[in-house]
Amino acid sequence: MTAPLATEPATEPAEAPAPADPLVEVRDLTITFPATGGADAVRAVDGLSFTLRPGGALGIVGESGSGKSTVAATLLDLHRGTGARTEGTVRVAGTDVLAAPEADLRALRGATAAMIFQDPLSSLDPYHSLGDQIAEVHRVHRPGVSRRAARARAVEALDRVGIPDAARRARSRPHEFSGGMRQRALIAMALACEPRLLIADEPTTALDVTVQAQILDLLHTLRTETGTGLLLVTHDLGVVAGSVDDVLVMRGGRAVEHGPVTEVLGAPREPYTRALLAAVPRIETARERAAHAGVAYEEEGREAGAARRGADAGRRGPAAGRPADSPRPAGPARPDDSAPPADSARPDEPVRPAVPAARTAVATVTDRVPRPTTGDDDHNGAPLLEARGLRREFGRGGPLGSVLGGDRTVAVDDVSLTVAAGETLGLVGESGSGKTTVGRMLVRLLDPTAGTLRYRGRDLGTLGERALRPLRGELQMVFQDPVSSLNPRRTIGESVADPLRAAGGLDDATVVRRARELLERVGLDPAWYHRYPHEFSGGQRQRIGIARALAPGPRLLVCDEPVSALDVTTQAQVMDLLAELRRDLGLSVVLIAHDLAVVRAASDRVAVMRAGRIVEEGPVDTVYDHPQHPYTQGLLAAVPVLDPEVAAERRAARARV
Amino acid sequence: MTAYVLRRTGGALLVLLLLSVAVYALFYVAPGDPATLACGPRCNAEQIAQVRDQLQLGEPLPVQYLHFLQGLVTGRDYSTGTGVLHCPAPCFGLSYQNDQPVAQLLASRLPVTASLAVGAMVLWLLLGVGTGLLSALRRGGATERVLTVLTLTGTATPVFITGLLLLMVFCATLQWLPFPTYVPLTEDPEQWAWNLLLPWTTLALLESAKYARLTRSATLETLAEDHIRTFRAYGLCERRIVGRHALRGALPPVVALNAVDLGTMFGGAMLTESLFGLPGLGRLTVESVRTVDLPVVVGAVLGVGAAVVLAGAVADVLYALADRRVTLT
Repeated sequence: MTAPLATEPATEPAEAPAPADPLVEVRDLTITFPATGGADAVRAVDGLSFTLRPGGALGIVGESGSGKSTVAATLLDLHRGTGARTEGTVRVAGTDVLAAPEADLRALRGATAAMIFQDPLSSLDPYHSLGDQIAEVHRVHRPGVSRRAARARAVEALDRVGIPDAARRARSRPHEFSGGMRQRALIAMALACEPRLLIADEPTTALDVTVQAQILDLLHTLRTETGTGLLLVTHDLGVVAGSVDDVLVMRGGRAVEHGPVTEVLGAPREPYTRALLAAVPRIETARERAAHAGVAYEEEGREAGAARRGADAGRRGPAAGRPADSPRPAGPARPDDSAPPADSARPDEPVRPAVPAARTAVATVTDRVPRPTTGDDDHNGAPLLEARGLRREFGRGGPLGSVLGGDRTVAVDDVSLTVAAGETLGLVGESGSGKTTVGRMLVRLLDPTAGTLRYRGRDLGTLGERALRPLRGELQMVFQDPVSSLNPRRTIGESVADPLRAAGGLDDATVVRRARELLERVGLDPAWYHRYPHEFSGGQRQRIGIARALAPGPRLLVCDEPVSALDVTTQAQVMDLLAELRRDLGLSVVLIAHDLAVVRAASDRVAVMRAGRIVEEGPVDTVYDHPQHPYTQGLLAAVPVLDPEVAAERRAARARV
Repeated sequence: MTAYVLRRTGGALLVLLLLSVAVYALFYVAPGDPATLACGPRCNAEQIAQVRDQLQLGEPLPVQYLHFLQGLVTGRDYSTGTGVLHCPAPCFGLSYQNDQPVAQLLASRLPVTASLAVGAMVLWLLLGVGTGLLSALRRGGATERVLTVLTLTGTATPVFITGLLLLMVFCATLQWLPFPTYVPLTEDPEQWAWNLLLPWTTLALLESAKYARLTRSATLETLAEDHIRTFRAYGLCERRIVGRHALRGALPPVVALNAVDLGTMFGGAMLTESLFGLPGLGRLTVESVRTVDLPVVVGAVLGVGAAVVLAGAVADVLYALADRRVTLT
C-alpha cells in the first residue's frame, strides 16, 4: 500500500500560468458515489486538481475505473441529482459549477462547454433527425432564433464537420449514418453554440483507426481555427499523443503524473505511467513483444474501491510457465486481473498466491484431451484448415428472393486462406469488412453460401450437423464481449463444464474436476467455480471465455476481438495467456482484431480484409513493414503513435493528402 | 414494403382459412341438427327434410365446406321452395332466426362496436399514458404508489362490477347521465357521446393499467438511455427532455399494443355491451350462441378473427413507422 505515487502533480505544467483566468480550474475535487445494494461507497475521484488555460488542450488518461470520465462529467456537474457527493471547487469559464443554480448550469451546458460522448449512436436521439436535434440545442441557448434559422445553423454545423451534402443529411436520423459520420454529427452539435470548451469523453473509442484519425484531425483543426479549449478523456495513449498539450495520468481517482505531453509520454517519471506505456502494443516492433518495462508498483486506492481490478497479485510466479528465453522480466508482474475483484464484496477472500500450478494444470488437462500435436497429420505440411473461395450472403434468398424484393448483401466474397497447425493467423480490417463472418464460417457457426472449407482433409463446409458434431469440439471460438457471451445466471464453473457435459461420457465428478483445472489453467482460482460472471472484471471474464473454449480440447481457436473491450494492461495479459496456450497446447489460432498492433504482436501471418475480400496476405512482418496494397498502407498510417512529434508529422501528412 | 404487405396478407388469409375450417366444424359438433335448427321448432319431418335439401346438407362434408367458401366469394342463393333468397357476397349464410344474411346483420352492429372501441381507446390512452408518464417522473414517491393502486384496482375489478357501480352512481343516484342507449353518431353526436360515456369509462378503467405500466417502464428505460444524458449535458430542461425525447422513445410499444387491443375490442366487448344494453357485435355473438344460430356464430367468429389478424399487421406497420430503425421484412 506504500505507493510511490504523487497525489498532486509533481510539477506544474511547463508553461507559466496564463495571464487570463483559466478556462477550467479544478481544486481538490473529490467525488464519492454512495453505497448501493451491499457495495461500499466508492470514492471515484480523490483530491484532484488541475487547470486548463483558454484554448489549451489537456488529455486525461487512465484505465477503466480510474475516474477520468467522472471528472469529465463533473465539469458540467452531470452528477447533480444522482446522489454522488462532490467536494472541492470546479470553475468553468468563471462559473462555479458545483454551486451554480440550475438555470446558470443549463446556460453553461452546451453553450459555454459542450460535451462529446463516446458512443455517438446511443448518444443521439434515434427518433429525431440530426438537424432537428442540433437545431433544438441551438434554440435552447439562443431563445430569439427562429426555427428556420436554427435549422440553417444546424446544416452549417454539419457542413463544418465535413458531412457531405449536409442540407439533405440533416434530415436523416442517426441510424442512417456510419459510426464516423455520427461522431462528426455529435461534434457538430457541440459546435452549434460556439462553446469555449469541448469535453470529449473517449470520442474515438468506438471507431476504426482510419476514422479515428479523421475525427482527431477534425478536433485539432477546429481547435486551432477557433481557439476552443479541449479536454480529451481517453484510455488510449496514442490518441492523446497527437491531440493535446498536457497530459494528466489518473489512477484510482488520483493524479499520477501531470505535465506536457512530450515529457509524460517521452520521459515518464512515474512507474505507473511507464507500465501503461509499456503495455501498449507497438505496431513498429516485430513479433515477440518488446520487454515490458520491469516496473513494480502496487495497487493503491483499494480503499477508494474505484479500481475494478483487484489486488496486485502475481498470477504466475516469476516467469512461471514461460520459456526461459521469454523477454519478460522477472519480478513482480504488472497489475493482474486475475485477483479477486476488489468490489466483489468479499474482501476477506485470500489473494491467490502465485501458483506454478498453472503448469501442473497443463499436464492434467492436456493428458486427457487429445493433443493436437500428436496427430501425425499435423506436421506433414498439410494445413489444418483450408478455405477456398468462401462467400457468404445475408438477406432474403431463394427463388422468391428477387420477387419479394429481398436484397442480398455480400458480406464475404471469395476469401481463401489456410491455417497451419500451431500457427496464428491474424485477420485485420475495419468494421464491416467481413472478418467476423469469416471467423464464424471457419468454425461453421455460419454456413458458407459458396466455397469449400477443408479441415484435416475433410470437407467441413458441407458436413451435416450430425457428422459435424464430433468436430465441433476441435473448432472453438472465443467471443469479443465476455459479458454477454457468458450466461449471467450460471456459475462460471458450470459455464466451463457445459462443453464437457455436452461431449458426454464423463461422470459428474470428472467434469467438475476438469472444469476446475481449466479455470486454473487460464489463471483463475478453481475455488471461484461457484461464482457468477458479474463478480469478475473484464479480463477475468475473458479468461473464463477462454477456459470454456479450451474445455472440449480444440485444435483451432478462433478469437474474435478477444481483447478489444479491455484496458491495455489487461489486454496484454490476455494476449500473453493466449500465446502461452498456443505454445503449450499446440493450438492453431485465428486472431480477428481491428487493432493492428495486437495482431502484429501475436500472429505469424496476417490477412487484411476490406469489404468482404482479402486485399493482402502474408507473413506478419512483411505485410506490416512493406505493405503492398494502398488500403493496408492507409490502415497502418492511421494507427496513432505514441510520439507526439511523429503524431504531428503524420497529421500534417494526412492534411496534405 | 410491398413484399411485406403481400406476405403479411398471404399469412392472414391462411390464418382465416384455418379458422374457417375449425368454425365450420361447429355445424356438426354443436348440439342439434342444423336443418332442425334452421327450420324452427314448429316444423314437421317433411319440412325439415326440405330445409336439409335447401341447405345442401345431404352432400359430403368437404363439398359443403367448399360451397361455404364459394359463398364467401360469390354469394349464394337459397331456394325456399316458394322463392329464392339471395345472400350477397361475402355470404356466411342466413340467420336461422330471421333469414337475414349474416354479413348484413354483422354490418348493422358494427357501428355500435366501433363507437364503443374507438371512444374507449381514446380514454384509456389518455388515462394510461398520462398515469404512466406521471409515475415515471415521480418514481418512488407517494404519487406513483397511489396511481399504481388506482390503475390496478381498475384492472382487477370485473367489468360488471365497475359498470354497475358507475350506473348506480351516475345514472341512478346522481342522475347526471342517462341510462345508456345507443344513439348513432350520424343522428346526434352529442347524445351519442353522452350515452357512451359510461361504457367507455368502464372499458378504459379496465385497460388503462396495462398502458400505465407499459408507459412507465418504457419511459424509465428511455430516460436511462445515453441520448437523454446528451440533452441534459446540452442544457435542455427536464420538462423538454421528458416531453420531447423520453415520451417519444416510449411511444412505439404503446402504439403497437394499442393496435392489437383495438382489434380485440372489435371482436366485441361482450360483457360491456350486454351490461349497458348496446346492440353491438359482442351482444350479437352472445345472443346467437344462446339461440344456436350457427351461421351468425360462424360469421361473427370469422369477423373477429379478421379484425385481430388485421390489427396485428397494423401494429407491426405502426411500430415501424414509430421507430424508423425497424425495417419490415
